[in-house]
Amino acid sequence: MALRLLTKHSAHLGAADAPITAPAGRPAPVRGEVLLRTRDLVKSYPGPDRDLPVLGGVDLDIKDGEIVALLGRSGSGKSTLLRLLAGLVAPTSGEVSYRGTPLTGANPGTAMVFQSFALLPWLTVQQNVETGLEARGVPARERAAAARAALDRVGLDGFESAYPKELSGGMRQRVGFARALVVRPDVLLMDEPFSALDVLTGQNLRGDLMELWAAGEFPTRAAVLVTHNIEEAVTMADRIVVLGARPYGHITAEFDIPLAHPRERGTPQFDALVDAVYRTMTGHSDGSARTRPAAKPGHRTISNTPLPAASVDGIAGLAELLCREHGSADLSDLAERLGLEHRDLLPLVAALDLLGFAVVDGDDLCLTLAGQDFATADVQLSKEAFSAAALGVPLVRLIVTSLRHSDAPLRAGFFRDLLAHHWTRERAAGQLDTATDWGRYAELYAYDADREEYTLDPAAR
Amino acid sequence: MTNSVRSARPRPGAAALSTRRSGLPWIDILVAAAVLVGLYLAVRVGSGADVSFDPSHPLTVDTDPANLPYDAARSLLRMFAALAASVVFAFAYGYAAARSRRLERVLIPALDILQSVPVLGFLSVTVTGFIALFPGSTLGLEAAAVFAIFSAMAWNMAFAFYQASRSLPAELDELSRDLRFTRWMRFWRIEAPNAAIPMIWNGMMSFGGAWFFLTASEAITVLGTDQALPGVGSYAGAAIADGDLGKVGWAILTMVVMITAVNFLFWRPLTAWAEKFKNEQSEAAEVQRSLVLDLVRRAHWPAWAGRPCRAAADRIGRAARVFGVDDRSLAVDPARRRAGDLAFGVAAAALVGWGLVSLLAYLHDRTGLGVFGEPLVLGLVTLLRVIVLVVLATLVWVPVGVWIGMSPRRARIAQPIVQVLASFPANFLFPVAMWVFLRTGLSIDIGGIALMALGAQWYILFNTIAGAMAIPTDLREAMDDLGVRGWQRWRRLIIPAVFPSYVTGGITASGGAWNASIVAEVVTFGGTTLTATGLGAYIAEATGSDDFPRVLAGVAVMSLYVVVLNRLVWRRLYRLAENRFALAA
Repeated sequence: MALRLLTKHSAHLGAADAPITAPAGRPAPVRGEVLLRTRDLVKSYPGPDRDLPVLGGVDLDIKDGEIVALLGRSGSGKSTLLRLLAGLVAPTSGEVSYRGTPLTGANPGTAMVFQSFALLPWLTVQQNVETGLEARGVPARERAAAARAALDRVGLDGFESAYPKELSGGMRQRVGFARALVVRPDVLLMDEPFSALDVLTGQNLRGDLMELWAAGEFPTRAAVLVTHNIEEAVTMADRIVVLGARPYGHITAEFDIPLAHPRERGTPQFDALVDAVYRTMTGHSDGSARTRPAAKPGHRTISNTPLPAASVDGIAGLAELLCREHGSADLSDLAERLGLEHRDLLPLVAALDLLGFAVVDGDDLCLTLAGQDFATADVQLSKEAFSAAALGVPLVRLIVTSLRHSDAPLRAGFFRDLLAHHWTRERAAGQLDTATDWGRYAELYAYDADREEYTLDPAAR
Repeated sequence: MTNSVRSARPRPGAAALSTRRSGLPWIDILVAAAVLVGLYLAVRVGSGADVSFDPSHPLTVDTDPANLPYDAARSLLRMFAALAASVVFAFAYGYAAARSRRLERVLIPALDILQSVPVLGFLSVTVTGFIALFPGSTLGLEAAAVFAIFSAMAWNMAFAFYQASRSLPAELDELSRDLRFTRWMRFWRIEAPNAAIPMIWNGMMSFGGAWFFLTASEAITVLGTDQALPGVGSYAGAAIADGDLGKVGWAILTMVVMITAVNFLFWRPLTAWAEKFKNEQSEAAEVQRSLVLDLVRRAHWPAWAGRPCRAAADRIGRAARVFGVDDRSLAVDPARRRAGDLAFGVAAAALVGWGLVSLLAYLHDRTGLGVFGEPLVLGLVTLLRVIVLVVLATLVWVPVGVWIGMSPRRARIAQPIVQVLASFPANFLFPVAMWVFLRTGLSIDIGGIALMALGAQWYILFNTIAGAMAIPTDLREAMDDLGVRGWQRWRRLIIPAVFPSYVTGGITASGGAWNASIVAEVVTFGGTTLTATGLGAYIAEATGSDDFPRVLAGVAVMSLYVVVLNRLVWRRLYRLAENRFALAA
């Protein structure tokens, strides 16, 4: 597919192939010119007694000619940052400017590619690609030609009259790219564009796009990629911006990726970069990046120790796996061998860490003694080990002690309110779900979903 | 450069077109002829709507069965006029409510109340207004009849549009703003298609329910004189007044033909066409099909007609750029916003307060506020009837519905029949029922329940069938495997599984029963009139004697009963169904 793309389009895909004229007054590109700039960008959502920040004080420049990857775990505010750049979300304070002009509405110089494709199912592929041009008032004939050229460019020649549901996921996302590229935005914004695709399809599409970019056939001057996939970021970006989640989204580190395209996985430089980024993201950096350490066990409170979204099954599965690996394993290796995304593995790692079942040491995850007990014991004993460990988790401990004091069932809303002082509603709900799962398994308390009530397990009195 | 792209590439669209061209020309002729005939009929029949009219002289209907086709056409025209009005209203009302935070707070509760207002009670009130609009012409009466049908369809559809707009997938909203869609484009490219399926299904259900109001609204009393517009409803009304069961039979037959034809020629193709608006990622295994739609799709000329239409749509779209771009300002001034909210709140409260004061003053002058007392007490009697009806209908139709729904074969046969039964205006059958009452000496106070049930019960059956059909096979197999049978099977699987759809049917049935009580508690056949004690009879009598204060009080009290019943019972059951018994996890 990639080869076909290049040979086919090198003939007629110059910068002027589409009949769309550049926005009036668009100056000639200057290499390195700042296209998007954020200063002191803060975004928060209203909480019960104060605003809860999801993004705090972000300063970021997107320059002409570069691909920037925003990398972070869920909850780090990377998608929010992208929407702030697109002018779809209003900042709480600070500002976003496009070519020096502060945004007052949707950013005129960007176009977005969505994780879920966001194709209109009732329009054909051709009509979908034309929508952006139609919105700009381009005459029908011109926009049809431009859309066909754009579809051609992403290798969807011949699919113009198909409806999106007739296409595979990878093809749908190609339509998504064609739709964004056909309006020739200065900055292409990509919100986890490959994460809804299977691994091979994602890789293929990524490769095709990078070939277009490297050949200078991309009608945009810069791109911002939101991703949770470290290798994807290292493959595509010229610069990686790592966003930390604790206690709110902020830039924890930046990496320049000086490698030439196409980049090969498995080369020493590539792997070294992946490992360096990985260490930063797991919070165990070698000192090159600024990171906030996780709270020490003695100082853990519900405000500084969020519960990762990890099920007991997943935690037990990973612990048993580590046990078979003689107690420790390299995290990147582990993810790769399991065919897991880092996003899937990180909450489990965080959970093992939080429960004291494992520690992260450099690139390795090592099982502790307690973790070994948990992984090897029979069901009842492993439950006891889990129960002891879970009592060290602030939210679980809070629920148990509150129940002991009250002698009566307690409503979930009570704990939700407590959490709401520190976390957004979604994150509070997610953490409470995890705490419910852990506490039930540990036989610390029972939860009645109909009444939304916790009751103390007799054994935990 | 664009040319080279175009010529270098085989056009799959062109290929498809050329293979299509070898299709049968007779399909083209047939479809074109059908459209022409339809237009001609609409013009011919429609011209009969504007006839000079004097309110003091009664308009009567000729009950020669040969007139029935014409009468049926007139009735149909009214139905479709009301449907068109409902669609426009639903777009406007739903759009305003979904777009404006302030209007939403007023419009949505208002919709909830409007849905509960018994339409039939208001007929005589609205008719005087419409006659004043078109003096000296029957158009006023026509407009009033259309309005009555409209008010049976519009609220549901407006609510469907509002809900669809509110649950618009976030990424489609972002897409629209990111690509700087014009507001016009956002509406026609995103919001309207997104709401198409709920709008069409709601429209179909409401249309079915509206036949009932059609028949009631064609024969009305204006200022003490009976006025009848040509139509199936008024024909049946006249036949009933004459006590001629044979002619009633003709009317029933016409009605059945009409309902079936509209389903086959209009709703079925429409729902099949609406499949393309499904926001899903894969092709569904089972899709709605329609013979008529296939026929239209196979003809060529809709494609030819489409080209100039698209060009025109493009031009309109450009002109509609004046409505502005879909964008939301990033800078919101909270102080100004709060001031705006306050001003809006004060204005709305003042308007409502003024209306309320003048209403009370009017009632005070005419009858005193004690006018509310009688309907409140009578409402209890009708409430009892509604409760008995819902309980009995549940006991009878839930088992039947489950029995039908459990077998795909039975469901395939039964569903279209039940659909026609649900659409069939029950008041046509009243004479037959009355004949039974007179023969058996059954009191109308109890028989009224059966009359109300004639219209209302089908919603329970219909929804139970749908619920039973949706029970996953693996759950049923698991129950078989575990040997769960009899009452235990009902308690553990069937009742919980059909509960959500049952509640949906129950709400509609109970609302429909209240409305039906207005015609079911007073029944006339030939020279005999039977009157039951109840709020429905109260409203019917007040309407008949143009006693506006009592109409107002009766309608207000009935709305109150419906709203309270919904809030206290149905809404709670609905929440329970959603939280506890939803099959989709």
